Amino acid sequence: MDRTLPLSALQHYLYCPRQCALIHVEKVWEENRFTAEGRLLHLRADAGNPGRRGGVIQDRAVPLRSDRLGLYGVADVVEMRPGSDGREVPFPVEYKRGSPKVEDWDRAQLCAQAMCLEEMLGVAVPEGAIFYGKPRRRERVVFDARLREAVEGYCRDLHAMVERAETPEAVAGKRCRNCSLKSTCMPSASRRVENYLLKGLDP
Amino acid sequence: MKKLLNTLYVTSQGTYLSKDGECVVVRAEDGVKRRFPVHVLDGIVCFGNVLCSPFLLGHCGEKGLAVSFLTERGRYLAGVRGPQSGNVLLRRAQYRLADEAEASSRLARAIIAGKIANSRAVLRRCLRDHRNRVDALAMNGAISMLDACAERLRHPVSLDEARGMEGQAANAYFAVFDNLILAEDRTFHFEGRNRRPPLDAVNCLLSFVYTLLAHDVRSALEAVGLDPQVGFLHRDRPGRPGLALDIMEEFRPFLADRLVLSLINRGEVRARGFVSKESGAVFMDEDTRKTVLTAWQKRKQEEVAHPFLKERISLGLAFHVQAQLMARAIRNDLDGYPPYFWR
Repeated sequence: MDRTLPLSALQHYLYCPRQCALIHVEKVWEENRFTAEGRLLHLRADAGNPGRRGGVIQDRAVPLRSDRLGLYGVADVVEMRPGSDGREVPFPVEYKRGSPKVEDWDRAQLCAQAMCLEEMLGVAVPEGAIFYGKPRRRERVVFDARLREAVEGYCRDLHAMVERAETPEAVAGKRCRNCSLKSTCMPSASRRVENYLLKGLDP
Repeated sequence: MKKLLNTLYVTSQGTYLSKDGECVVVRAEDGVKRRFPVHVLDGIVCFGNVLCSPFLLGHCGEKGLAVSFLTERGRYLAGVRGPQSGNVLLRRAQYRLADEAEASSRLARAIIAGKIANSRAVLRRCLRDHRNRVDALAMNGAISMLDACAERLRHPVSLDEARGMEGQAANAYFAVFDNLILAEDRTFHFEGRNRRPPLDAVNCLLSFVYTLLAHDVRSALEAVGLDPQVGFLHRDRPGRPGLALDIMEEFRPFLADRLVLSLINRGEVRARGFVSKESGAVFMDEDTRKTVLTAWQKRKQEEVAHPFLKERISLGLAFHVQAQLMARAIRNDLDGYPPYFWR
């Protein structure tokens, strides 16, 4: 991939390809973009030195990158857990705020982080976890072959969309309710301006 | 939806504006200071001899606030904008379309449709409300003329036709504009548009309010990443904000003109608030100017239902919505530009 996109672009893409294109192709208002990313806000602790919990090293705000997927970004937390062969196994942890359940795109996002770690460190990253909701719950995510293939496919589609620099048409749905780009996107506005124009010209 | 923010209008001569943290500090000539947090503003308009520190200008640029400098009488001098932001794809698409006669004529048709429908709506409203006080024959003549333009616009028109129609419609509309002025005072008699300088009180008010409208439309276009200079109906002329003039067209009748009419008809501006120069040029005094600015700000806060989006917005946001719709049309996300039809 000759272009790298932020990991958050993948998450936007999975939520709604059009929202992703409005942000990454159309570059709609920055201020809207930040509110859109509010959905992705993590309880990101300041990046400091890696801490330890028991036998596990925890590093926060870890920069990531994958040339194969064409993505870069930051993981909330990467734990280094002792593996069976004595080498440490990275274990990415993502914190979710807001929605009370883990969605497919959250899993894909975490899997993409794991694939970045694998490429950067040359080790296998078999699983990770998502913390979410109140009361705090934790869901383990296994990065199986199906999830990985899905992530690769999504990345290809995402890059193709940004490369074409075309914004997909709006498809109004439930997800529009929580989308801060709604006013720019106008999901339910008719794309057929001509009828509106003729009505306005009626005697 | 974006929040409607306030524009800071500075009319006191000798005022100095500077930055202090996240605040604009306004220091009047007598030393009195007032502060405004930057985040409640979306623009600053300075009239006459008002100075701004470069750090404030830089800060406004960074935060996307438009700063405009006008003469004391409201003629545009210059604007300060921050580093170019927005979307190069969008601007390139805009330039490409402006170079294509067919694409330009489609957008020009929509722009002129907005202007003609809204001019007609303003005349009709007046005829309905004041049937006994106006020259109904002349009014109906102008309305029929606009009807004929509207009928013609149901089909594609060439750029030349659209531009010709704009002139015709404006002439017909301003020919009966005096009927819309119900004040008895002859000071507010209107005989036709004149400008630079305006030669009577009504033209003076119209020109001033058009300047305010231009500032707001221009900032809205810049905010969505469009180039206000490159229009479709209004051809490129160096220094002329073509696209801002395009988008202004639909707002002139129902927003700018009606504001001027209500100020006159309700007696909120008085003959004694205007000064004639030896040359015949007419200007407002400072109090009158403040009255107009206050009325403009208030009007922008009124809630309306946007005719295309069907959403309730404050009227001041309509500029942003229209700029956004123009951007979507240019990027081919909509199959044309939907003007703001006033009902």
